[in-house]
Amino acid sequence: MYVAVKGGEKAIEASHSLLDSARRGDPSVPELSTRQISEQLSLAVDRVMAEGSLYDRELAALAIKQAQGDLIEAVFLLRAYRTTLPRLGNSEPIDTGRMAIQRRISATFKDIPGGQILGPTYDYTHRLLDFRLAGEGGSGGEGSAPEEGRGPPPDEAVPRIVDLLGREGLIEEEAASETAEAPPADITREPLRFPADRDARLQALARGDEGFLLALGYSSQRGFSNNHPFAGEIRYGAVAVEIMPEELGFAVEIGEIEVTEVQMVNQFKGSSAAPPQFTRGYGLVFGHQERKAMSMALVDRALRCRELDEAAVAPAQDEEFVLYHSDNVEASGFVQHLKLPHYVDFQSELELLRKLRAEFEAPSAEAAE
Amino acid sequence: MHDIAVELAPPAPLDPATAAACLTLLDFETPVWLDTAADSDEVRAWLRFHCGCPLAADAGAARFAVLAAPAAMPALACFQLGSEAYPDESATLIAQVASLETGEAVALSGPGIEERRDFRPAGVAEGFWKQRRELEALFPQGVDLVFASGASLAAVPRSTQVRF
Amino acid sequence: MVEDGYNFAYLDEQTKRMIRRAILKAVAIPGYQVPFGSREMPLPFGWGTGGIQVTASIIGPDDTLKVIDQGADDTVNAVSIRKFFARTAGVETTERTEAATIVQTRHRIPETPLGAGQILVYQVPIPEPLRWLEPRETETRKMHALQEYGPMHVRLYEDIAHFGHIATSYDYPVRVNGRYLMRPSPIPKFDNPKMDRSPALQLFGAGREKRIYAIPPHTEVRSLDFDDHPFEVQKWADVCAFCGSGDSFLDEIVTDDRGGRMFVCSDTDYCSRRREAGCTGPAMQAAGPGEA
Repeated sequence: MYVAVKGGEKAIEASHSLLDSARRGDPSVPELSTRQISEQLSLAVDRVMAEGSLYDRELAALAIKQAQGDLIEAVFLLRAYRTTLPRLGNSEPIDTGRMAIQRRISATFKDIPGGQILGPTYDYTHRLLDFRLAGEGGSGGEGSAPEEGRGPPPDEAVPRIVDLLGREGLIEEEAASETAEAPPADITREPLRFPADRDARLQALARGDEGFLLALGYSSQRGFSNNHPFAGEIRYGAVAVEIMPEELGFAVEIGEIEVTEVQMVNQFKGSSAAPPQFTRGYGLVFGHQERKAMSMALVDRALRCRELDEAAVAPAQDEEFVLYHSDNVEASGFVQHLKLPHYVDFQSELELLRKLRAEFEAPSAEAAE
Repeated sequence: MHDIAVELAPPAPLDPATAAACLTLLDFETPVWLDTAADSDEVRAWLRFHCGCPLAADAGAARFAVLAAPAAMPALACFQLGSEAYPDESATLIAQVASLETGEAVALSGPGIEERRDFRPAGVAEGFWKQRRELEALFPQGVDLVFASGASLAAVPRSTQVRF
Repeated sequence: MVEDGYNFAYLDEQTKRMIRRAILKAVAIPGYQVPFGSREMPLPFGWGTGGIQVTASIIGPDDTLKVIDQGADDTVNAVSIRKFFARTAGVETTERTEAATIVQTRHRIPETPLGAGQILVYQVPIPEPLRWLEPRETETRKMHALQEYGPMHVRLYEDIAHFGHIATSYDYPVRVNGRYLMRPSPIPKFDNPKMDRSPALQLFGAGREKRIYAIPPHTEVRSLDFDDHPFEVQKWADVCAFCGSGDSFLDEIVTDDRGGRMFVCSDTDYCSRRREAGCTGPAMQAAGPGEA
């Protein structure tokens, strides 16, 4: 008669083996390799690396495969793995001015030193389903990529557009953080504190959920906050990562990562202390993720309201709201924990509600007599 | 009071219990201040090697302090007491004493103690318990004390009331 | 069998030291929420990661671990967490409350009283007792610093004005050692009195919210109330259908779609120990001997 939630252990084992077969799908279809994922679903890999805070294409591809393509689940897998990695040291700041550029555009100037480089982008594709891709071997791209449209040769520094504005004093100087001497904040080791400094905010945004930042950035363009942004520059390519071993005393390159960097230029009226000038919003994300980097730059600018003496009235300007809710691993866990049993609390509420109902109905029963 | 069952051979003047507390609690995130008695090249090298902890030049900047001669220690109020909003950002002092059982008794009560118990560390500074008692008024701000002797440890957190 | 490739109890030693430091400050300032660098665990946030990190930082090879969820040892999440520690730390596990050195719990305190030397680790979803009154951390932190707890009393009093009772049945706020207002995690208020002056150490871990707090042994824990509306716990008209207990927390089991129901102990260990000792409840007497 009474079936309690006994046998949890067996149920879990059975669930896991069902999961394995659901993941594999029809066994007559060849199994995906992680190499195929990292090569052919590379933008999914980029997103998982960015929100997972771990730059490793192969592990991200494995996480995507293991999660059946559920990217937030894949981010979670990568984050849990990241916990187990010892920290061997901190890198030197990357220099995006020396990026091996694959794509670089500016919406503020028609022509720019180093040139506009369209690179690979969906921007001007017509969003027509390409049925050639449905068949095998029709994917195109088998030939070598054209030379035209490629970036300048690597090792050639390409100046950043906002730095050009800076020379004229038309854009605020990038103020060094007050704690410039201290190492940058790391919210994975010290929990966020409010008010948060910009380094901690940028880290939270870089790890934040793309969808959440997209919606917030969008809201800031629609009048919820006071952003009037121009895409000063968007660049994507590979940069060198260097570390400075104590015993050597000079930096050595340990590898390359691909990043997307966005510099938004925003209007600013000026204040009693500062002349009118442009202000900055900054986005930097692993891999090729322009939507995320642009959203990040919009939200970064919105969150700078306190520093720029603007009234914080919109959700995107609300530091606690934005930073406490941007992490999809935290959000997903807590939303989904509602699936866990809550019998005890529910029983307590049920008991209380019955008591309150009884008291509510009792006087009216008396009155009817 | 706890005895530890670990074989440790720390450099003089550290006792095994003092060393065990350091190994359990200290690392590169915790600046440590050493009192003059503890501040030797051997102790510095041992702490750096085993704990990787930075050494603080100033007692007021340390998260932990190792006091090998607490009789000569600076005033308790010199250490970080935390703030009203973040009382946890306060120092923990590891005080190595000659004995935990032969000094003059003080009576302890408060959280963690069923009724009241006597505690007899030998060799604390003159007026130490008076200073400690004055800090009670600042609760939740304060410092937390770990007494070590030989292979024994005892802790007196800031919530403990001291009477003598 | 302990899983290869991972450190004892999953966390690296530096993380454990960081968490132990936070626990020591939590014990030194009873009821105060210590921020800590919570890590991503291989279980989701909201599913006990705070409790798991606390347990992982205090557990040693000689410990015996009990894990309960809703009072039961065999609910899926309890099984999952127990298995995690069996895999990563190889420790002995038990269902018997008195045999455990560490009990990790979600939503209940065992019915069997805990003793000196035992540690109860609570999984906490929202550690801040003032959160429903004030969503901002910057504000609630000030309120704790200034002991500005009036709004909580006002909220409870509004319940009394509206319903005639305080309408909080779980996660009922307490004052620890006369100082900090504390959220006991979503245990039923039935369990609140067990926290008061318990000889066991009580540790609370909130992983997603990155906070640890504690009640040391023998510490006063008072549930908020008013002189004319003293704190009281739930009572049932029924007894446990299996063991006949009339003073444990009972879960309601819906047995059919015509309003049929029965009540059983939420604490499965307590219930089965009573039955082993020969106690029976109405369902067992009706079913007759030989059936369980």
